[in-house]
Amino acid sequence: MKKKQYSKSVEPDPWQSLKTYTDARIALGHTGGAIPLKEVLQFKLAFAHAKDAVYSELDWPKLEQRLEQLAIPYLKLHSRASSRSVYLQRPDLGRSLNEASVASLKKMPSAETDIAIVLADGLSATAINQHALPLLQRLLPLLQKANFQIAPIAVVEQARVAIGDEIGHLLGTQLVMVLIGERPGLSSPYSMGAYLTYAPLPGLTDEKRNCISNIRPEGLPYEMACQKLYYLIQESLRLKLSGVDLKDNTTNLFLP
Amino acid sequence: MPYHYSIASRVYVFKDLKTLLAKASPLRSGDALAGLAAEGFEERIAAQLALADLPLKIFLNEAVVPYETDDVTRLIIDKHDKEAFAPISHFTVGQLRDWLLSEQADSATLQALAPGLTPEMVAAVSKLMRNQDLIAVAQKCSVVTRFRTTVGLNGCLSTRLQPNHPTDDPKGIAASIIDGLLYASGDAVIGINPASDSPAAVSTLLHMIDDLREKYQIPTQSCVLCHVTTALQIIQDAPIDLVFQSIGGTEKTNQSFGITLNILQEAYEAALALNRGTIGRQVMYFETGQGSALSANAHHGVDQQTIEARAYAVARKFDPFLVNTVVGFIGPEYLYDGKQIIRAGLEDHFCGKLLGLPMGADICYTNHAEADQDDMDTLLTLLGVAGCNFIMGIPGADDIMLNYQSTSFHDALYLRKVLGKKPAPEFDQWLLAQGILDEKGQKLPLRPNHLLLA
Repeated sequence: MKKKQYSKSVEPDPWQSLKTYTDARIALGHTGGAIPLKEVLQFKLAFAHAKDAVYSELDWPKLEQRLEQLAIPYLKLHSRASSRSVYLQRPDLGRSLNEASVASLKKMPSAETDIAIVLADGLSATAINQHALPLLQRLLPLLQKANFQIAPIAVVEQARVAIGDEIGHLLGTQLVMVLIGERPGLSSPYSMGAYLTYAPLPGLTDEKRNCISNIRPEGLPYEMACQKLYYLIQESLRLKLSGVDLKDNTTNLFLP
Repeated sequence: MPYHYSIASRVYVFKDLKTLLAKASPLRSGDALAGLAAEGFEERIAAQLALADLPLKIFLNEAVVPYETDDVTRLIIDKHDKEAFAPISHFTVGQLRDWLLSEQADSATLQALAPGLTPEMVAAVSKLMRNQDLIAVAQKCSVVTRFRTTVGLNGCLSTRLQPNHPTDDPKGIAASIIDGLLYASGDAVIGINPASDSPAAVSTLLHMIDDLREKYQIPTQSCVLCHVTTALQIIQDAPIDLVFQSIGGTEKTNQSFGITLNILQEAYEAALALNRGTIGRQVMYFETGQGSALSANAHHGVDQQTIEARAYAVARKFDPFLVNTVVGFIGPEYLYDGKQIIRAGLEDHFCGKLLGLPMGADICYTNHAEADQDDMDTLLTLLGVAGCNFIMGIPGADDIMLNYQSTSFHDALYLRKVLGKKPAPEFDQWLLAQGILDEKGQKLPLRPNHLLLA
């Protein structure tokens, strides 16, 4: 006698063609009312990448090797958030430097500079590991060619955007640019943001900054990010301001 | 006025009502960040013991945010219905908790009581309640609203279809809408968070959904969740069903959102005047969430859950069609992990319902919070049991524009199935007619040439 066997249960959706219009998780199919396992595991894999990004750390050997090639001195700094767990619960501590970092900045010989560059791990150190140096390798030659004086590059752990204000202030620079790992999404766990603040001072808020986000090859590619930043840096130093009053008039040129 | 409680030889002093409320709050990271949380386990329970003995009348005499400088406090005090309050006016907060769980407090009684309760009373009693209390009492509250569908009926669970797209691409959004409709989602609203708040972009999306709705005769309502002032700019020309706004529990929080009570009133009247609802005239959609006041530095030293309940007083003024807390969106500095998000979701739903609001929930988390989809399943199930009016429906629970995770179309099918719930009746009829669901609510196999795919 033939043994009874159950049939496969996953019902695919007959509208797969709609997937060409969006990256949203549509036409997943179903078994009963549930999402088929294949799609559940794809979701969990994307989530795992995002979680790993949140807990990732700066890759010092690789970063140092590539920073040395830039021929600009760099500093290793740390915020007042002692661990990732503290960092996640106390954004205020991630916005300011620990004592040792403040001391090392105060020991720096004073020099008039136009721009200071800060690399901050933020919520995705992997984003900095992957994208910070490729961007700087394109941007620095432009800045140097325009005769802007560049302060030593600060690389900060457990840092939020506003820590750039304290660093820029202590370095006595005119404009600070913070490159930081953005909050990971399921479709973009390693995305980098860039924030510009003119006349940095602790206590400034977001309306004083300009932001370019989603810097990564699949989002805003390095070359475009570099052109936008170079434009904003020039305009910020020329107009002596940043934030809502500094308009990014390049936007339309670069939209895909 | 200071409040005291002694445990053994230790005397705990709470210098005023807002301190007592903050110290009595179940632990969450936002209150710790604000420096308001109880310093130890015992202090928290001492505060709860003191709060349990507090007469409800005190809340009418001691404001947590000054009456003189805050229009939300003035709204709460000036609109308080003393007659509705009279039957419980002799209770303490603890007695209110026990009474709410009793058989006396049935659906009709709770409905009549709502205008007599202030947000602070409701927040206070919630702090003394376990999760199961929050569920049991919320389940007794019935708040039904109408526009083109009826939302909140006993035995129904509705969804907001949320078809967001990172560049507002109309085709991309339409693809997610079709996907959602074919999964029986969208009876609360088809609601898009636009990436751009420009009036032209918002208008384009409004026309797109409205055309789709007309073409397929879908009994639902649409909303593009732009700023209320943007909606006001285009309201004469664009097909606006519901007007949306994020709101908070203090005047300063609302300022940080760029709104005042007067602007909301203007928008409410403008939307009413369009008269687009077919079976009801509830035209407002509000979102809230614990932590927004602290993040705007506008919390006045009040704990985040009490401030959240005060936002419901703002919502209540405008007779909304939908209100939902976006409970885990704000991040781990306010709600650290799954446990805190679950608790907050139950509190918000309970407080809103008890105050008479049509509460739904965006059951969600960000990737930097200590939470995952299992926590969302737990909260989803608990809120379903608690009688939550609606949840979000997002393709695969993954919002590719706002970069957070919520609940999927499939999640709503799950919840309806395990709890024996149905979509809003008008929408359910349409789903049947379209061959999307059968009479038992089971999803039917669809032909590739189904009308919606043509």
